[in-house]
Amino acid sequence: MEIVLSLGIGVFAASGIWLMLRPRTFQVVLGISLLSYAVNLFIFAMGRLTVGAPPVLGAGADIVSVDDPVPQALVLTALVIGFALTALFLVVLLAARGITGSDHVDGREPHQAEPNPENPHP
Amino acid sequence: MNATVLNAPLVSGWTDHLVVLPIVLPIAVAGAMFLMDERRSRLKGALSLATVLALLGISLVLVWRASEAAQIYRLGNWAAPYGIVLVADRLSALMLALGSVLGLCALVFSFARWGRAGPRFHGLFLLLLMGVNGAFLTGDLFNLFVFFEVMLAASYGLVLHGSGETRIRAGLGYIAVNLVASLFFLVGVSLIYGTMGTLNMADLARRLAAPEAGELALFEIGCAILGIAFLIKCSAWPLGFWLPTTYAAASAPAAAILAILSKVGVYVVVRLSLLLFGAGLSEGFGQTWILAAGLATMAYGAIGILAARDLTRAAGYAVMISSGTVLAALGSGNDGALSGALYYLLGSTLAAGALFLLAEILQRGRDPLEAAQAVFADEYRDPFDDADATEIGRAIPAAVALLGSGFLVCTLMLAGVPPLSGFVGKLAIFTGLTTGTMTASAWWLIAALTLSSFATLMPMVRLGIKNLWVPSDDPPPVLRLSEFTALAGLLAACLALALWGGPALAYADETVRWLAQPQDYVRAVLGPIREGGGS
Repeated sequence: MEIVLSLGIGVFAASGIWLMLRPRTFQVVLGISLLSYAVNLFIFAMGRLTVGAPPVLGAGADIVSVDDPVPQALVLTALVIGFALTALFLVVLLAARGITGSDHVDGREPHQAEPNPENPHP
Repeated sequence: MNATVLNAPLVSGWTDHLVVLPIVLPIAVAGAMFLMDERRSRLKGALSLATVLALLGISLVLVWRASEAAQIYRLGNWAAPYGIVLVADRLSALMLALGSVLGLCALVFSFARWGRAGPRFHGLFLLLLMGVNGAFLTGDLFNLFVFFEVMLAASYGLVLHGSGETRIRAGLGYIAVNLVASLFFLVGVSLIYGTMGTLNMADLARRLAAPEAGELALFEIGCAILGIAFLIKCSAWPLGFWLPTTYAAASAPAAAILAILSKVGVYVVVRLSLLLFGAGLSEGFGQTWILAAGLATMAYGAIGILAARDLTRAAGYAVMISSGTVLAALGSGNDGALSGALYYLLGSTLAAGALFLLAEILQRGRDPLEAAQAVFADEYRDPFDDADATEIGRAIPAAVALLGSGFLVCTLMLAGVPPLSGFVGKLAIFTGLTTGTMTASAWWLIAALTLSSFATLMPMVRLGIKNLWVPSDDPPPVLRLSEFTALAGLLAACLALALWGGPALAYADETVRWLAQPQDYVRAVLGPIREGGGS
């Protein structure tokens, strides 16, 4: 299971970084999302991997058969925050696309010297 | 579990709840404000003003109380390593007060016009203050992450406030950089949790002092990754190229309050380096890197400000130089230099904020606001075409003379030229560095500080002549009453720092002495230390 998880984190992170460095804004958003999946799995892994162990201490349960609940709580918080901020980023992306007329991260195509406000859609 | 958490109630009177108010008050008011009609901007303005005034009062009381003993506030009254604590010690209280002064002046400035230039300005502004205050107060790393995100989410909104193509383009880069920085933050935090089993700062420091701390190398990697996230926030070279563009694009009050944002990064670096790496197993970890990053940031900021062609960009680079100075002083490992740097930090942040405000007034006529295209349905109206938009106050005559003297104060503060507090701060850093044996790094730092002063002075003089003295056909700048009040407030705070330089420096000295004793912090948060209480 360790191999599968670490491979998963690795693949997510690698594709995330590659996409994040691409010139189109939508690729950047996807890249950041993939990277945050990798990070969330990583946080989860920091609580050590156990199978079938509840994160809640029941009556009489010994401490060994219990999973660490803290990383799970952390991952939940990180997920929610990451989700909200990705949504916010998407809105800004749409605004940028609408105003500059280009989905390049610089707000203009590389061959174009300066954005032309008169004719944003040449 | 036999460790039933029994703790004597730490909170005895209502005054002890003051520590949590800088977080609760702005978020409550901001929440209420989001429910209000967007057209009631005057009511919202009054509410925010009252809130920020209250924040200023609370933070001053906290400064006073923290100078006696660090104030610990246990949320939900859970004992420290299990629950989250808020700690208002000297450093936190000082930064709180700095943030409140800057926030108050930026808010007053926004009453003139910017507060109405787009929806939900006041709510976002208060949320930003809440995030900043929380980051200063919290004693828990993950809680710090949450407050960072609140602060950043609000700052994304404020950077885009007023809309326009420049802002959206700058905002896109700013958001992307900070989202990645947050991921670094998470990786660092989870590595630290995975190796040390705690995220409470005091508990971390205690476990580092104990010999059984295992997996030290992984822990230090985690701290280094965490450090990258904070260095991105304080725009250290080579992680800070986003700062000048973003701050120059943001509207003036937003840029002024964003000046405190980069100082949050500086604060966390100072706090964690001294707490975790001041003593114990990882003593001195990362110090050389912080020194190098600080020096490089100062050099980059100096080159940038020399090349700056307008005031807002110059102010952005001045923010970088001021962050770099504190980082380098921290990296020098010299207590005297650090206390000078803390004093310098106060003055330079206020002056940089004032410069953003000044720049907007001076460049207003020359660089007309870009026509804001409606992106959202509630941006349907022209920002300044408002029934409410009667000019508050009237144009103050001789505005240029006032602006000129304000500009002079900013220049003296940022360049560290006598007689104002910028000079006193740099002098205190020099004195700290030259007492005792001189190291090579101390000479480097002295050279960098001197050169950055020159590098700031030259472009500021050039920009001052260009903006204030060169005759032009443009209409003279109009200074509205609230803008004047905001500027005067910031400049008066700068002057007060110089006038009461003795007590302020003494406070900074005491702060550094407190920070240099991490065991006192640990004892204050965790109570009497149970030896060997590993987990």
